[in-house]
Amino acid sequence: MRKTTRRTPVTVLTYLVVGVAAVLFLAPFYFMLRAALMTGMQITDPNWHWLPDPFSLQGFLDVFDDPSVPMAGALGNSFIIAIVTAPVSTLLGSMAGYALARIAVPGRGVVMSFIVVTLMIPTSATFVPTFVLVSAMGGVNTQWGVIAPGLFNAFSVLLFRNFYLKFPQEIEEAGRLDGLGHLGVYWRLVLPNSAALLASLGTLSFIESWNAFLWPLVIGQDPESWTAQIALSTFLTSQTINLPALFAGAVVTILPLIAVFLFAQRYIVQGIAATGMKD
Amino acid sequence: MSDTATSGRAAVAVRPAGVRRGRRGRPVDWKAVGAFTLLTAPMVLGLGLFKYVAIGWSFLLSFSDARGTVDLGSWIGLDNYTFLLKDEAFRSSMTGIILFTIFIVPVTFGMSLGLAMLLNGLRRGRAFFRTSFLIPAAVSYVVAALIWKMSLFNGLPSGVANTIGGLFGWDVQSWIASTDPPLYWIVIITVRLWLQVGLYMILFLAGLQAIPAHLYEAASLDGASRWEQFRHITLPMLRNTSVAILMLILIAAFQAFDEFYNVFITATGNSTAPVRPPLVFLYDTALKGQDYGVGSAGAFLLTLLIILVTLLQGRLVGFGRKD
Repeated sequence: MRKTTRRTPVTVLTYLVVGVAAVLFLAPFYFMLRAALMTGMQITDPNWHWLPDPFSLQGFLDVFDDPSVPMAGALGNSFIIAIVTAPVSTLLGSMAGYALARIAVPGRGVVMSFIVVTLMIPTSATFVPTFVLVSAMGGVNTQWGVIAPGLFNAFSVLLFRNFYLKFPQEIEEAGRLDGLGHLGVYWRLVLPNSAALLASLGTLSFIESWNAFLWPLVIGQDPESWTAQIALSTFLTSQTINLPALFAGAVVTILPLIAVFLFAQRYIVQGIAATGMKD
Repeated sequence: MSDTATSGRAAVAVRPAGVRRGRRGRPVDWKAVGAFTLLTAPMVLGLGLFKYVAIGWSFLLSFSDARGTVDLGSWIGLDNYTFLLKDEAFRSSMTGIILFTIFIVPVTFGMSLGLAMLLNGLRRGRAFFRTSFLIPAAVSYVVAALIWKMSLFNGLPSGVANTIGGLFGWDVQSWIASTDPPLYWIVIITVRLWLQVGLYMILFLAGLQAIPAHLYEAASLDGASRWEQFRHITLPMLRNTSVAILMLILIAAFQAFDEFYNVFITATGNSTAPVRPPLVFLYDTALKGQDYGVGSAGAFLLTLLIILVTLLQGRLVGFGRKD
């Protein structure tokens, strides 16, 4: 394509810049792991140590042994919340998106507008009102109180609708010929053929739900209802901080997501590309 | 190839023809109505409750004296709004978030675009570098704030930033507690950059890959320099992507909460924080202070600000787009 003579120095420079940037982006993970495997004395030693000496797993034991911060229970709460939110919110989005794209009924436009209008409301406008409502319904300190408001995502409806508008009509026609109604076509034929989008949006929803902070903080006022993020944040404010345990807590909290990330990266990238193009 | 052709035809055939005209004359297809209702009802009810009812209620609360209660009834007109606009703490939280936004938006935008262009030019190792930049996006703000606060910028001689500074003979800085100069901004800005740049880089990469290669080939045959190609091909072709990304960064910045809360929090809460962005202010007022009237009013003022800035930005960026 282009002249090789000009290509080489530019390429070397590009790799250099990208390489330095990659080191900077990955470095915080190293600092976290390093501190998690050190003793408290080593972490605060003014003389720099690249590696823990000796390697200490004490932090990982201590973090689950702190009576004021119930880390194990918090991880369990986070897991339940994310594992419910991700599939349910994605399925609800797909159902509504399919109906809006493919089932022609009177009043469809009104339903569409009703859903899309909520996209224009920023979260900042909803967290006080939603708390008012959920607390009136008795949802404070409950898991459903954390989960319920996050299940209804107008944006995912819009993405699914756009996807189903381009869905091949032949599949639905084949279903009709076999005697399936609208719901049968959706459940037996359309849903299985939406697996890639379901996986992308579901994975993103899992990550978002696991990492959520403001809403679980508002709802989870008792330690038993804390998520992992709230437990860590509380840990950060303790009077005397056990540093290795704190960093071990951070490692334990991001480990599930790193696993999800490495196995489902393709879906994450597709999901971001799809969701980013909303406007 | 044939796949996209069929689906395109299907979409045209299904939509405009079926919907409007057919319905008027024919009787209503009740089976379709039933299926439509079943499929959309959960979403409509959920959004109705958690968006419409919640916001309506909160709107009414913003005109009520609602301290320690969420019951309506004691109307006080615009008092909550005038109280906030006169409140020094609320005003400084608004100016703080505007300052933050002015910093974070161009830096995030520039870094994501820059990295995307560099990656797009790579022949080998693109997947590896893409993963390296994207993986922080899976980390929560709490964990990132924890690493920044307790390791990178912990203010002790053993902290990473101070250790590196020591190599250059700089004094030990307290970073988060340093208000003169306000070094805490470096801490706050870099947390968000680390978490977000990878996401927007992916969006820019998708935009860059959609630009047809023959445009660049034609341009370099005409002797256009790299800068000219960037200026006259890349930037115009990325226009829609850029507008969308700017909007996303901007709206997210105005709603910053997690990193401010966690970086500045002490055992006594957030009262000593040098910057309390609006969401932290609202959290303290509505949730800690249980003043739901003022909290609701503040939420609407912030929403108004976001809408105004979004519209303004739309005008600025959209300027000269038509014709």
